[in-house]
Formats: sequence, C-alpha cells, structure tokens
Amino acid sequence: MDLTQSAEVAAFRAEARAWLRSHVPAEPLPSLETEAGFAAHREWEALLHADRWSAVSWPEEYGGRGADIERWLVFEEEYWAAGAPGRVSQNGISLLAPTLFDHATPEQRARVLPPMASGEVIWAQAWSEPEAGSDLASLTSRAVRTEGGWLLSGHKTWSSRAAFADRAFGIFRSDPAAAKAHHGLTYLMFDLRAPGVTVRPIGRLDGKPAFAELFLEGVFVPDEDVIGEPGQGWRIAMSTTGNERGLTLRSPGRFLAAADRLVSLWREAGDPADTALRDRVADAVVGARAYQLFTWANASRFAAGEAIGAESSLNKVFWSRYDIALHETALDLLGADAELARGAWAEPWVFSLAGPIYAGTNEIQRDIIAERLLGLPKGRR
Amino acid sequence: MRFLLTEEQRDFARSLRGLLAAAEVPAVVRAWSAGDHGPGRAVWGRLARTGVFALAADEAGPLPVELAVAFVELGRAGMPGPVVETVVAAVLLGRLGDEELAKRLLPGLADGGAVATLTLPGGSPYALDADAAAYCLTVSRAGELRSAGAGAPVASLDPARRLSVPVAAGPALAAGAAVSAAARAALDWARLLTAAQCLGVGEALLARTVAYAKERTQFGAPIGSFQAVKHRLADTLLALEFARPLLFAAALSLDPGEVAAAKLAAGGAAYGAALTALQLHGAIGYTEELDLSLWLRKARPLRDAWGTPAACREAVLAGRR
Repeated sequence: MDLTQSAEVAAFRAEARAWLRSHVPAEPLPSLETEAGFAAHREWEALLHADRWSAVSWPEEYGGRGADIERWLVFEEEYWAAGAPGRVSQNGISLLAPTLFDHATPEQRARVLPPMASGEVIWAQAWSEPEAGSDLASLTSRAVRTEGGWLLSGHKTWSSRAAFADRAFGIFRSDPAAAKAHHGLTYLMFDLRAPGVTVRPIGRLDGKPAFAELFLEGVFVPDEDVIGEPGQGWRIAMSTTGNERGLTLRSPGRFLAAADRLVSLWREAGDPADTALRDRVADAVVGARAYQLFTWANASRFAAGEAIGAESSLNKVFWSRYDIALHETALDLLGADAELARGAWAEPWVFSLAGPIYAGTNEIQRDIIAERLLGLPKGRR
Repeated sequence: MRFLLTEEQRDFARSLRGLLAAAEVPAVVRAWSAGDHGPGRAVWGRLARTGVFALAADEAGPLPVELAVAFVELGRAGMPGPVVETVVAAVLLGRLGDEELAKRLLPGLADGGAVATLTLPGGSPYALDADAAAYCLTVSRAGELRSAGAGAPVASLDPARRLSVPVAAGPALAAGAAVSAAARAALDWARLLTAAQCLGVGEALLARTVAYAKERTQFGAPIGSFQAVKHRLADTLLALEFARPLLFAAALSLDPGEVAAAKLAAGGAAYGAALTALQLHGAIGYTEELDLSLWLRKARPLRDAWGTPAACREAVLAGRR
C-alpha cells in the first residue's frame, strides 16, 4: 500500500503545472453561462486542445495524452489549483465521450471526438423530461423510424449548456410496445440547430440561462448518429455511470483547491475566538482530503481490475453535500459581504445548492447505496 | 501509487476476524465489565500468537498499516482491554533509546505476556484498565516517564472501560526532551489506533443494524425497505467509507495532521453509526441484554479517547501552517 508518486507521474505533474502557469488567464473569464462567457470558454478549450490538455485521458489519436486515471487525477489537481476556467466541454468529455469509447463505432469516434476535444462542438445533455426526472425510464420523447434514420419528437428539459451548445445527446423511446419502461430506448446524438428543434433557455436560481428546454418536432437524426443498437439506450446510458468516470464526475482537485481558498479566507477574515467556524474550516480540509483519498483508493481498485459500481453513488452524495458545507462556511466567514453577488463565493454557493439534485438526486443515490451496497430490500420510492 | 491493502494484509485481517468471531467476544466483554479478566486475557494470548502486539516492537520499527488493519478488527469484535495502550506503550519504549528499559519491558508486551496502560500529555488524565495491566506508565508534561500504580477506580459510562488516575511512584524511569518527543509520537500512534478501532466499531454497528433492518417487519414489510431507514443507513455507510482512506493514509504518513483527520472522521463515523443503530433498533436497542449495547457504549468514549474532535480539528489546522 503506498501513496507515493512515480518519477514519471511527478514529471507529468510538473509539465501540467508549468503549462497552466503560463496559460491560465490572469483575469477570470466572464461567466460561462452567458453568451460572451460561453464564447470565451470555447476559446479556452481550443487553447487547452492545442497543447493536448483538453482531454488528457483520451488516446492520442483523438487529441488526448493517453493518461491513466492517476495522471488524470493529478492533472485535475493542478488544473483547479491553478485557478483555471470552468470546463464548458464537461458534458461531452465526461458524459458522452466515455459512452463513445465503450459503445460507438470507430467511424463515430473519429468523427465526434476531435471536434469535442477542440471545443469546436460543445455538447449538451438531453435526459430529463417534464414528467421523467428521477424516474428517467418513464420518458416519453419518441424516436420514430424513417428512411435512413430517426425522427425525434417530444420535450426535454433541464438540458445543461443547451442555451449555447451545438449538439446534444440523450435517450428516446423507439419501441413504445416494449415490455418494460427501460426497454425500447435508443441513445442518439442530434444537432441543436437542426430543423424542428426549439431551444428555450431557462433562467437558473443564479439568474443565468444555464439550462434549457428542448422542444423537438420531427427532428431528423441519421443512422450514423445512433450509438449502439437501437433499443439498448438504457443499458448504454447506465453503463458509464458506474465506471471510473462515474467516480470522477467532480474531481477531488476541485475541492482541494476550494478548501485551500477557504483556509486562506479564514486566516484573513476569521475571528480567532470563533471556534465553531474554525471547526467547520477544519472539517472542510478533512473532507477534501477524504474525498481525494477515497478517489485514489477506488482508482487503485479500478487499476487492479476490480469493478467499481454503486461506489459512485457514495461519491456523489459526499461531494454534493461537501460542496454546500464548504460554501456555507465561506459565506459565514464573509459576514455581511456574503450577500454581495460579485463575491468570489456567492455564485458558487448558489451553484453548490444544485449538487444534491443533478446527476441523480441524492435520494436516488441513497436508495442505490442501500440496495446495492448494503443489500437492503427494494421498496416503494 | 497503489492505495490498496495487499493480499497479505487482507489475509491478516481475515484471520483475525475469524479468530475473534470464534472467541465469542461479547461474553468476554461482559466478564471484563464484571471484573473478570480471565477470558479477556485468554483472547489476548491468542491475538499475541498472531503477532498483533509484536507488530509494535518490530526491529524495523512499528508497522502502522498492519496495526491499523488489526485494530479495525479489534474494534469490530468489540475487544475489551487496553489494546491501544499496550501497543502505544511499546512504541513509546521503543522510541526512548533506553536499551535497558526496552529489554526489560518490550518482550513481555510483544508476546502478549504483559498488558500495559498509560497516560500521556495531551491525552485523558485517566488510564484505561490499570487494574488489568502489569505496567501503568505515565508521562508528565515536564517529560518524566514514571511507573504508576492504579488509582481509585472511576466508573465509565462503558462498564467495559475501567478508568483510574494513575498514582506515580518512585523515581523517573526516564526524563527530558527525548521522553517528550517520544510521548508526542506515542500520542499520534494512540490516535491512529483508536481511529482504526472506531472504524471497526462503526462497521460492526452498521452490519448489525442492516441485518436487523432486513429481519424486522412492520406494516407488513421489512423496515429496511423504507426510505427513511435506508437513507439513514446509507449515510452511515458513507461516513465510514470516507473515514477508511483517511485512516490508511494516516498510517502511511504518521503525519500529526493526517492522524488527527483520521481520528476525527472515524470517531465521528462510529458515533454516528451508534446513534443510527440505536434509533433503528428502537426499544430493543436501548437495552443492556442486546449485545449491540457493547458497541453502543464504546462508540462515544472512543470518539473522545486520545483526541477529542476539538483537539483533532485543531491539529488538522495546525498541520496547514
């Protein structure tokens, strides 16, 4: 058992750090949830891609560095410690790309991955529907067979990034007669600017149009944009939630960097006599370290050939709760200034409140933990 | 980087688990609480033959990962007695650089023939189970190591823990900066091993409660199928699973901040597991008869032993300066 880093990994870390030091913008980019900010973040993705830092874990042929999970975690630590911009390509790189690696044809990978890595094509997800949230398998948006492809119709919502993104991926009901709700679904990619697509941005709690509703009326999708076999969409969509990517939806580096900033804030603004706040700062330090080590442990298990499954649910509940506690502690340290919208912690705090909801609500995650890790019987949700 | 227990370490855990399961530890705890140390000393001897106590007196220095593995199992089994204190006494003696003293005391501690207890600066003033120990050591703030007699017993909320303030007698066995330095390191070892014990206690409480939730039927269904019950158990598992890597990272580094983080997380997770176990068992959990009480009573004292949450949080932040 060891936590030491090999000379090769240390060299990789040094290379990433040096690159970030000379490239991270001195001034933060405008919010990526605005039109101008989205464009600025797209340019940042191109800059990352030019030196093959945008998708380090991908094979070199698609613009990556073939980095293993250890190096990916190291890159993320350096990335967030450097105060680098948020990743506008995250939906594509961490949700769609793993699915493509597991289920797409070589032609699809060659066509879709390089423009994803360069930021030329930014992806949005299209999972939820107004009547299908936690119970995603009850979705009713249709994919109807037509000559050379499929026609999509229906209503998707909470589609992150869709206000400004180029393309989207999601699952659609292609066989309404299938015996079970999660059968008869097909995984498709489609153009958000195709005829029949209406995108209605939705203002988020932070006032930003960061997600959108999608109204689809006979949107044509060619066969080449179906991932895997028609009817297998549920299995394909779920297969990448429990692997190592599922463990790394939110990288530990992000929280380690945030905990560092919190400790600095506490040193500057904290009342030394306020031990209750001091204790919460200590908890933030411990939590970030725990999350990092939990991830390293699972990465080691994965590297040793063990399957990682419902552990990703533990991971999700942990980071989403942690993120809120961390930001609340920062706001408490700021006192009256906590309310100021331009403060460094205010908007991130609003965003942290979404954590227990997106990527599978924490209630659903706890059901998964209880049933799959503890073996408790299924019951009514 | 391979942050996983080796196959040997896992085998060691399995063999200890088997040994302790066969030893019927709950009956041993009840005897220990009643002042009968015989059954406890018998298990102690069997543990010693697996090499648990010798790990603290290894020629190359104590083996922290193996000891952490062992103490998770001791916690899981609910093993009574000054197990942490005996190992920490061995670590302390090994670090003093006093060969004569080490030669006199260490072999007995390592082979299980002698039980030790101790108090250290920064720890509780009460020695655990001095009445069962061959050696009761105490280190003063001034850095004097003395042998002590058991003071008048003070009842603990956990009847299996017999506390007393040591009464130091005779001249110092050793004194000076080396003793203070050894005592500081020993305190970290005590925290580490107590953290491991806490993790085991929490896992035992969770396992018993999950088993109960599957069996106990109300409203025509196992209570474990209800979300309110499931979610509380899921949160309990979560706290334990995030404490575990902190424990093993602390064992690898023995850094005071890391050790404090491990103790804070494992102690909190074990106490949280106790509260969950009690609530989900309902009235039957609030009884002495149910063996669950043996772990329930241990969780809170262990959370505070060798480093309260407040002391651990202070050490975590001190480690960041």
